[in-house]
Amino acid sequence: MKSPILQSATKYLLPILLLFSFFLLLRGHYYPGGGFVGGLVASIAFVLHSFANGPDETMKILKRKPLSLIPTGLSISALSITLPLLFGYPPMTGLWFEEPIPFIGMIGSSLFFDLGVYLVVVGVVLTILFTISLNNLEEKN
Amino acid sequence: MIDNHILGPVFIHLFTAILQLIAWRKTVTQRVISGIGSFLGVLVSIRLLDKVVDNGILTLNASNWEAPFGIVFVADLLSSTLVLITSLAGLAVSLFSSTGINRQRMLYGYFPIFHFLVMGLNGAFLTGDIFNLYVWFEVIIISSFVLMTLGGRKQQLEGAVKYMALNILASTFFLTGIGILYGITGSLNMADLSQKIKLVNNQFLIGITSTFFLIGFGIKSAVFPLYYWLPSSYHTPPSAVAATFGGLLTKVGIYAMLRVFSLIFIPDEFTRNLLMVLAVLTIITGSLGALIKLNIRRLFSYLIVCHIGFMIGGIGMFTKVALMGTIFYLFHDILVKTNMFLIAGVIRQMRGTMEMKYLGGIYGQYPKISLLIALVLFSLVGIPPLSGFWPKIFLFKESLNLEHYAFVAALVLGSFVTLFAIARMWSEVFWKDVPAGVDAEDKFAPMPLARKILLILPIGLLAAITIFIGLNAEVVVQLVDKISDQLVDTSSYVEAVLGKQN
Repeated sequence: MKSPILQSATKYLLPILLLFSFFLLLRGHYYPGGGFVGGLVASIAFVLHSFANGPDETMKILKRKPLSLIPTGLSISALSITLPLLFGYPPMTGLWFEEPIPFIGMIGSSLFFDLGVYLVVVGVVLTILFTISLNNLEEKN
Repeated sequence: MIDNHILGPVFIHLFTAILQLIAWRKTVTQRVISGIGSFLGVLVSIRLLDKVVDNGILTLNASNWEAPFGIVFVADLLSSTLVLITSLAGLAVSLFSSTGINRQRMLYGYFPIFHFLVMGLNGAFLTGDIFNLYVWFEVIIISSFVLMTLGGRKQQLEGAVKYMALNILASTFFLTGIGILYGITGSLNMADLSQKIKLVNNQFLIGITSTFFLIGFGIKSAVFPLYYWLPSSYHTPPSAVAATFGGLLTKVGIYAMLRVFSLIFIPDEFTRNLLMVLAVLTIITGSLGALIKLNIRRLFSYLIVCHIGFMIGGIGMFTKVALMGTIFYLFHDILVKTNMFLIAGVIRQMRGTMEMKYLGGIYGQYPKISLLIALVLFSLVGIPPLSGFWPKIFLFKESLNLEHYAFVAALVLGSFVTLFAIARMWSEVFWKDVPAGVDAEDKFAPMPLARKILLILPIGLLAAITIFIGLNAEVVVQLVDKISDQLVDTSSYVEAVLGKQN
């Protein structure tokens, strides 16, 4: 399905949706949102792009296989869980920087946990999607 | 005492799995990482058990939230011993898998999922929160679904559908039970629950809630009316996977029963009688199944069901000696059942089939390996001084004491059927000549020595531990004695989690 309207809309929607997913990720510590929802919104952005331009074009933007996001995300999360052990706290304790960082605010180890979840969700959803859609393409050819 | 490192065995397997995901499709690297990770896991578990023996029960408040508000992890003697035995079985299966699993399955992530499974098992043993226990159960069953379907043969998928349907049902019962329990008491921490449950006025409601847990765990550990998914699914996946399932997964159900029925729902007269009846029927149905099955792995599956009955009976009697029997049997059963399925895997490599009528002549061809296997089989039957002998003494003694003669009869029946089934298997598979007209396809003989060692070493390792437990029974009995003390009198557990009670 090639539709110029969808294609040009996607061109603007992709960055907006990605920004929105980041907003959800950062907001998630105290308000509704977080890594899981953020990851879903981000993957929807790529899903929309692949609807408009085909999965091959989307792979070109992503540059790497989405599968590789899963171990990356998992290791970020796992490290942020175990990091407090080095400071003598139980695992999963939130460690915070003492000064807030401009524009973003307070940053703690829980943000990195959420970031890991975000990457894993994007990786899983896109892997499933591309596996299905690329199989379909092969069958058509 | 608070110790922030009791989750070590969980983290080791988590990081092992992540490293293997990074090495996606590099099967040689994955095998090496798996071996190293499992070995480290064993070392960390030994250290954990050692600490628990020295310092008493250790706890960890995740995220530094005080119990009963946060999730608490508790390493008492039962948990830490089970973590050690799980790690040992995990090491054996991991070594065996490096040659016993075909490359195609490894390419699709066999090893990471296997380590996630072991991580889930360790987590389930260590958690002190009932909802967290449910979450670990989910980690376990999701990993086991993947392991079971990996490879995608038709027969495998058929087994997996049965397995999945029944396990999801079990989880639903378990989760419903947790929901009701939370509604009644407002707590999920098991130590806290054990205090609050005594204060509830409507004890009848508590009894009903406990049946939800009984059904949920009953399905998972394959107790009498709910066992039939097990023999119809465990013979389908590769032997290394079946070893993990047969050795460990049903035993988590037993562990959860021990935990829940000792801490939260102290069994009343009705529950005890119910458990005894279930135990007797489980043993009888398991034995009847074992008598007629002529496929090695189907036979082993029915023996699992039969021996689950022994442990349920011990929980049903719920006295100190009976619990000692159950716990000792649990330790023995994990090691031996894992080993049995590994043996089935080796026999398949040697002959290309597991049907007894096409098997034969293994003793003539491989006398040394056969003797090693015989040792494991003797231990399963319970010949003294091997590990299967000791727990049965406790079970017999206590059931005679309490005059549960039906259970005594079932124990005798179960033991004899095990003996008969194993003796028949021995004569059919090892002593009998290869039947005429059967073209045995031996993949084992032409293997390079290193691969042969990787197949036999895990069996030797587990057999050595079985012998160690058998000959060193005094040490193990002392350990089991302390464990059942902790289960009968839970005040030390509650005190370790919630602090000194006034």
